[in-house]
Amino acid sequence: MSDHNYVPSSKLGKWFNDRLPLLTLADHLKQYPTPKNLNYWWTFGGILTFCLITQIITGIVLGMHYVAHADLAFDSVEHIMRDVNYGWLIRYVHANGASMFFLAVYIHIFRSLYYGSYKAPREVIWIIGMIIYLLMMMTAFMGYVLPWGQMSFWGATVITNLFSAVPFFGEGITNWLWGGYSVDNPTLTRFFSLHYLLPFLILGLVILHIWALHVPGNNNPIGIDLKKPSKDTVPFHPYIVIKDLFALLLFLIVFAFFVFYSPNILGHSDNYIEANPLVTPAHIVPEWYLLPFYAILRSVPDKLLGVIAMFASIFILVILPWLDTSKVRSAIFRPIYKQLYWILVLDVLILGYMGAMPAEGIYLLIARVATVYYFVHFLVILPLLGKREKTLSIPVSITEPVLGGSPSPEAVRERKEFS
Amino acid sequence: MSEEKKPEKKVQRRDFIFTASYALGAVGVGAAVWPLIDQMNPDRSVKALASTEVDVSSLEPGKSITVLWRGKPVFIKRRTQEEIQEARNVNLDELPHPEKDEDRTKNPEWLVMLGICTHLGCVPLGDKGEYNGWFCPCHGSHYDTSGRIRKGPAPTNLEVPKYEFVNSNTIKIG
Amino acid sequence: MKKVIKFFYLILICSFFFSHSVFGEEKTKLLTTDWSFKGFFGKFDRGSLQRGYQVYTEVCASCHSMKYLSYRNLSETGGPEFSEEQAKAIASNFEVTDGPNSDGEMFTRPAKLSDKFADPYSNIEEAKLSNGGAYPPDMSVLVKARSGGADYIYSVLLGYEDPPDNMILDDGVYYNKYMYGNKIKMPKQLYEDLVTYSDGTPATPEQMAKDVVTFMAWSAEPHLEARHKIGFRAIVYLLIITVLVYFSMKKIWSRVESEI
Repeated sequence: MSDHNYVPSSKLGKWFNDRLPLLTLADHLKQYPTPKNLNYWWTFGGILTFCLITQIITGIVLGMHYVAHADLAFDSVEHIMRDVNYGWLIRYVHANGASMFFLAVYIHIFRSLYYGSYKAPREVIWIIGMIIYLLMMMTAFMGYVLPWGQMSFWGATVITNLFSAVPFFGEGITNWLWGGYSVDNPTLTRFFSLHYLLPFLILGLVILHIWALHVPGNNNPIGIDLKKPSKDTVPFHPYIVIKDLFALLLFLIVFAFFVFYSPNILGHSDNYIEANPLVTPAHIVPEWYLLPFYAILRSVPDKLLGVIAMFASIFILVILPWLDTSKVRSAIFRPIYKQLYWILVLDVLILGYMGAMPAEGIYLLIARVATVYYFVHFLVILPLLGKREKTLSIPVSITEPVLGGSPSPEAVRERKEFS
Repeated sequence: MSEEKKPEKKVQRRDFIFTASYALGAVGVGAAVWPLIDQMNPDRSVKALASTEVDVSSLEPGKSITVLWRGKPVFIKRRTQEEIQEARNVNLDELPHPEKDEDRTKNPEWLVMLGICTHLGCVPLGDKGEYNGWFCPCHGSHYDTSGRIRKGPAPTNLEVPKYEFVNSNTIKIG
Repeated sequence: MKKVIKFFYLILICSFFFSHSVFGEEKTKLLTTDWSFKGFFGKFDRGSLQRGYQVYTEVCASCHSMKYLSYRNLSETGGPEFSEEQAKAIASNFEVTDGPNSDGEMFTRPAKLSDKFADPYSNIEEAKLSNGGAYPPDMSVLVKARSGGADYIYSVLLGYEDPPDNMILDDGVYYNKYMYGNKIKMPKQLYEDLVTYSDGTPATPEQMAKDVVTFMAWSAEPHLEARHKIGFRAIVYLLIITVLVYFSMKKIWSRVESEI
């Protein structure tokens, strides 16, 4: 069942496949041995692929009608909403699609955190994923600027001003980003260009992400290494395809509720006011998916340090595979980590909530505590915990649910050699 | 996976639930794709501009104006008696695309037609060509004083759009 | 199946946690009324839209533009649905600037269906000058541009009261219970029988506010009815195909001994 010996049945197929082995690739994707105990948290990879493609297609379509000019952008969005055939539908799918994309990506990331999918030998998958996540945030941020409403304009102003914290070069960098002395038409046009470009970069990285995944194969809920193919695996098609499809449809129901019945609930009403450089809205709030980082930024009283803390909070995730010293992947067998994991989830939710509140009084205090905890979790707790935690015993295989394995994957692997 | 290797058997046992899923799935994909196609059709603001009214009171006989209708040039020519006679005296058998001049005008004095060469869409030049009508510089099509193709690669006569006289001075195109 | 339900609820809770916690804060409780366009099958009340248009033209339009509306919109489906003749007649009451003509000059002519709503002012500065420095906002998307939406605007229209004793207002500033900061430069507009409805509906301030806000809600979201209709179909479709795919999945996975 090795991928490399695939021979197409038809003569034409063989001729083509000898020159470009696409059919071999297709066969590999179909046969790809997948752990059969994957739960629904694993379906978000497929859902995310769907989200990316939806965003690209609806985005290209919107680009046919949108005008990237400070004087016309807002009007052209209204033109899409009113006159273009199904323009309202396509724009609402794109706008809410961004939120759904982030909802899915957060579930995907936190699944990885729970089941230890970032650990060896999957560090590269994780790092590519983090780059994708970073690019997603940039893309989403620039996309939010395009309607040229008040939140677009002031969000762009605040975020680009982060770079003014850089010593000596700050002003030069912001002026370079803006193409002027403030956010204006040159900023809008370059954001549009980059907003159009980055998704294709993301698509390329997604292909690498999947490629890197197919080398060691999927992690699974009990986090053990599997012999492939074996009784513990099923071919990707049709088993995983149909399951992903089912999960995708459930996801689409939620998506449809937003698009058709509360399309503006995740956005801010101020973004239906055309950008005005003379008036700042009372509350500047980023889109919900950026709120935790916004809270970290604001909880540090120093401008430069705040910016550093915000970027560090993302960078810390990139080096996570080396911060977590535990050899056991799945939280199922790590009783203490499991508790801490849920505390981290809560911590991030709190940060998100504080990001939406005014940065004063009790809110600021809570945000500060939550920020400190975020860093302590990754920088202090995880490295120490991995060395001290007493883990539960791990089964040898999925089909052999009898406990009796050893807590160390290495030991499990050795045992499998004998079985 | 061994059971996967018997496709013949699988096809026979593919039952209602799979067929229904596929069929309904195809309907759904179709419904989702349609808005993506339809968005490229003329939108509501474009459709609303479907007609243009032109004031032709200042046009002298023998002169013509070109107006824009739906983004296309429309020639409005006030013809002289000689030009009308010339157009009407043509033997229809000589024409690549036989049409009577009477059928191409509502009022013989006024010729209204799209200024788009039926060959590949260039705009013909007025008072040019071997038939005193229009001449398309792109590939050398000659049109007569009724806008009919006489010589050159264009397959048909210049198209006459839907128009009407709102009053003696105003033509409504579209 | 239990797992599936649990999982589905989790997504729902997650999404609502964010949407509600982030944007659900309201200070003063807003007034509301029985909006016909809310809810899964919400539609606009045609009579209310037509009356709302009357209130807009007779009361609001002298200061507030609605620059994203065209006269043709008045006869489109899902809107006030005036007949095309009525819409043409309405349009011809307004003068719009066109040109330049062959003499190189701009001229005015009666509006056509394809024209945008006529603007009360030629530019923002003129609008500010005529209104004591405050710019009357364009009303076309105003319902979506205010948190609280239709309820908020309805409340502001009816929220004029005498100021509290400790509050001193400048000339041309009015107290409004629901306005952000409680100060508003627009004087109270809606008085009993300010307009005469041709369908005989009594023109109370509440009725006029309801009608004009309905009109504004349509103007902000002209495809709302289509959205509700398509949305209902889409969700019913998704539910059916989800069930079908669920049973397909059960069937396929039954070949593998393990439970999913």
